[in-house]
Amino acid sequence: MERILTRWLDIPDLRKLDVYAGNGGYKALRKALFEMKPEEIINEVKNSNLRGRGGAAFPTGVKWSFIPKDSKKPVYLCCNADESEPGTFANRYEIEFDPHCIIEGIAIACRAVGAHTAYTYLRGEFTVQKRILDAAIAEAYANNYLGKNILGSGFDLEVFTHRGAGAYICGEETGLLESLEGKRAYPRNRPPFPAIQGAFGCPTVVNNIETLSNVPHIINRGADWYKSIGPEKSPGPKLFCLSGHVNKPGLYELPMGFPLKDLIYDVGGGILDGKALKGVIPGGSSFPIFTAEEAVKVNMDFDSVRAAGSLMGTAGVMVMHEDTCMVDALKTIAHFYHHESCGQCTPCREGCGWIEKLLIELEAGRGKMEDLKTLVDAATNMEGNTICVLADSLSMPVKSFVPKYRDEFEAHIKLGRCPFKTSSAQQAA
Amino acid sequence: MPKLTIDGKEVEAGADLNLIQAAELAGIEIPHYCYHPGLTIVGNCRMCLVEIEKAPKLQIACNTRVAEGMVVHTKSDKAKTAQKAVLEFLLINHPIDCPVCDQAGECKLQDYYMDYDQQPSRFPLPEKNHKGKAIDIGSGVMLDQERCILCARCTRFFDEVTKTSELAIFERGDHNRIDINPGQPVNNKYAGNVVDICPVGALTEKEFRFRMRVWYLHRTASVCGGCERGCAIDIHHHRGRIYRFKPRFNPGVNSYWMCDEGRHSFPALQNETRLTSPLVQSKDQLVSEPWGEGIRRAASIIADYKRTYGANSIAAVIDATSTNEEAFALKQLMKTAIGSDRIATLSWSPPGASGDDDLLIRANKNPNARGLAALAIPADGLDGLAAAVASGELKMLIAMRADLVRAFGEEEFVRRFGALDYMLVLSADANETCQMANQVWPIAAYPEIDGSFTNFKGRVQRINAAFPPPGAALAGIEAIARLGHALDGVDRPSSANAVFASMAAAEPAFKGLSLAALGEHGADLAS
Repeated sequence: MERILTRWLDIPDLRKLDVYAGNGGYKALRKALFEMKPEEIINEVKNSNLRGRGGAAFPTGVKWSFIPKDSKKPVYLCCNADESEPGTFANRYEIEFDPHCIIEGIAIACRAVGAHTAYTYLRGEFTVQKRILDAAIAEAYANNYLGKNILGSGFDLEVFTHRGAGAYICGEETGLLESLEGKRAYPRNRPPFPAIQGAFGCPTVVNNIETLSNVPHIINRGADWYKSIGPEKSPGPKLFCLSGHVNKPGLYELPMGFPLKDLIYDVGGGILDGKALKGVIPGGSSFPIFTAEEAVKVNMDFDSVRAAGSLMGTAGVMVMHEDTCMVDALKTIAHFYHHESCGQCTPCREGCGWIEKLLIELEAGRGKMEDLKTLVDAATNMEGNTICVLADSLSMPVKSFVPKYRDEFEAHIKLGRCPFKTSSAQQAA
Repeated sequence: MPKLTIDGKEVEAGADLNLIQAAELAGIEIPHYCYHPGLTIVGNCRMCLVEIEKAPKLQIACNTRVAEGMVVHTKSDKAKTAQKAVLEFLLINHPIDCPVCDQAGECKLQDYYMDYDQQPSRFPLPEKNHKGKAIDIGSGVMLDQERCILCARCTRFFDEVTKTSELAIFERGDHNRIDINPGQPVNNKYAGNVVDICPVGALTEKEFRFRMRVWYLHRTASVCGGCERGCAIDIHHHRGRIYRFKPRFNPGVNSYWMCDEGRHSFPALQNETRLTSPLVQSKDQLVSEPWGEGIRRAASIIADYKRTYGANSIAAVIDATSTNEEAFALKQLMKTAIGSDRIATLSWSPPGASGDDDLLIRANKNPNARGLAALAIPADGLDGLAAAVASGELKMLIAMRADLVRAFGEEEFVRRFGALDYMLVLSADANETCQMANQVWPIAAYPEIDGSFTNFKGRVQRINAAFPPPGAALAGIEAIARLGHALDGVDRPSSANAVFASMAAAEPAFKGLSLAALGEHGADLAS
């Protein structure tokens, strides 16, 4: 398959503006500025069925169309580069190797929604990536792909980068907006939605980096070409972050709808040490796990994964083989969400900690059978009852791990220790 | 107005109301912690989750506006499960130290646990998170971070109402805690309000802590006498003692708030210098006498002066902390029983008192200055009285609550009024003016009487007697009525309702008003 999002593998130094421009770069921007009306850009993206790559899979063109056409306030675009979902590492490569594609996507999106200011919110740890992106932005300014009267079109655009201070919740779009405004990243109640009242109280579009990287290609080659890649309702090239017990973990560009089985056994080179597959979380740690039997039947696109009982999220595929203690794995996930819950909503603030504490006890062999019910109860009570979906992000793994690997949980209780550890290792832990 | 259905009841509610408010109209309580009508909506406690037909998941009532045809269930299985779950979550890291917690009895965790939860804890006690206890954060407020449910009412109060942002939330997740910025204690004239709006025992008042269990307290609606704003308050009292003042909602006066100066003004109303018996000067000493003797003595002296020097040899001074009824009764007494037109207002504020601010505090510390002005009692009449003393025309002074010695200083008082023959003082306290008086009558302080104050904007608000005055002290209007009867044999009304009714009949400013009809929010002066 032709590489689209990972062209940098074929074109050395694509991050440099002259190389990027020499390989068709900023052609889509010219087209968007001179040949298309904003409405036409939105329609093209709508028709492409491009869906948000940040995890929620919302149709991008539809999101853009929510921005009021006659807004008296300025409109903002926020590019979400807070990539922080465990097992997800696509955005960082895109920034490092193809930053101009992101900038071009930002500029086209801004032209579409009438924004003259764009913010790129980078996660706190992206120090190198910010330097690279800043350098690319400076190049773009110097060549009038950004700034005043871009390429003589009369369209102005200022682009700023902002680095967070290191919190998972800053990747949640309204948490991001709060953080951008200099406040504690407490996600906001919706309504009002960001399209009406986003950054600094103004209409705002928040798009993930990978979403925006798709935009120049759609403008260049058209919605129909885009829809021809993968399933029509969930099309396009997709970056898969493969991690865990596989021989060749890494970032892979594949068409939407690619079979998970082939991703693991073919692209990923199979399970480490020839062991048996035990489970796969398909979309970063926030979603229900697939057992080995389920995993091999799933195609990796938004709708197929949902139909199979999980969500594709950020396509951070985490593979676990037969030696994995699923109680320990869930404990690790719970630790993450306990650590990252912003603590605004009661169920998430208290529930994440409760679940981690229960799992610490269970993993150490100090649990009781009724703890399994408590665990699922707590997860159920968190789900859907909070401002943002961080609570659901722990609830979903808990509610899938416990029933799917119940025998392992019960074994910990019955043995009074972790069956995957020798007694000395248990003591050391 | 949109019509909606809540728990099967049809409700018509203004389009700007949320579901908590709409349910309240229908007499249905939707439990909530973070929502407060005086603050912005954050929707963080999740206690008010309700089921709305056609909505895919439960919605928070506080952030949901009413809409035509909406069907809401607050007691469906789904809603009840969520309410119970939120309480279970809230109690996970809560210390459950109710027996030693001052909030016990007025705690929303206790109340809602009984109403919506009632399940045993599934969380082992030793694993609870620990945070700061009994932290003095300044301005008389104590913070217990473990009891805090992080509803952010206090931070929003300082962010939105006083705009000073002394409190913030620190850390993350279940380590979140409310705190001051390091080294910057709260120093805020309205800090007490965060104690009022804290739904749990996280913020308590230093002065009130460990003094009284709240279930022993009775509440009497009144008005703060601390300044001319006249914030609506509830007096919390037990067995004739006040334990605290709490603000009472009055949209036209103080909203939900009051200042700390007013809040802490009650100890002065019940200190040891309260007068409990009528007194008379005898051999340079004030000695007790029964009311009957005191009244007869004063009446005969007034009659003497009237006969010898004319009615205008007698004057009255009334302090602007007196009620409308006291002022009207005294004005009428001077006019009808004595025949003098000499009456003046004493309106003064102690040196160094706080000035006007943008929120509630007023520089004029008299709760009824406007009321006395509305009764046409001259605010600048004191100079005239002093001149009349100097010229020898004015011989006798009746001082109602007026602490002239403190207001003028002793030297100036003697210069102005030293030449008076006779002074009758009606006072709640044995102040310095009483020491200069020939006769002193003990009267009730404002928490002990029915009546009304008129605030600086002309809002007439009702005060109610929380308990009887100490000892033999009488309500001011009762003492005036008795003196009047001794002077001319006429029965004068001595109940606040009746005095107010005569006042409404006689005084254009109070036309059409009645004490009973003032209601909890009061009414504006007619003119």
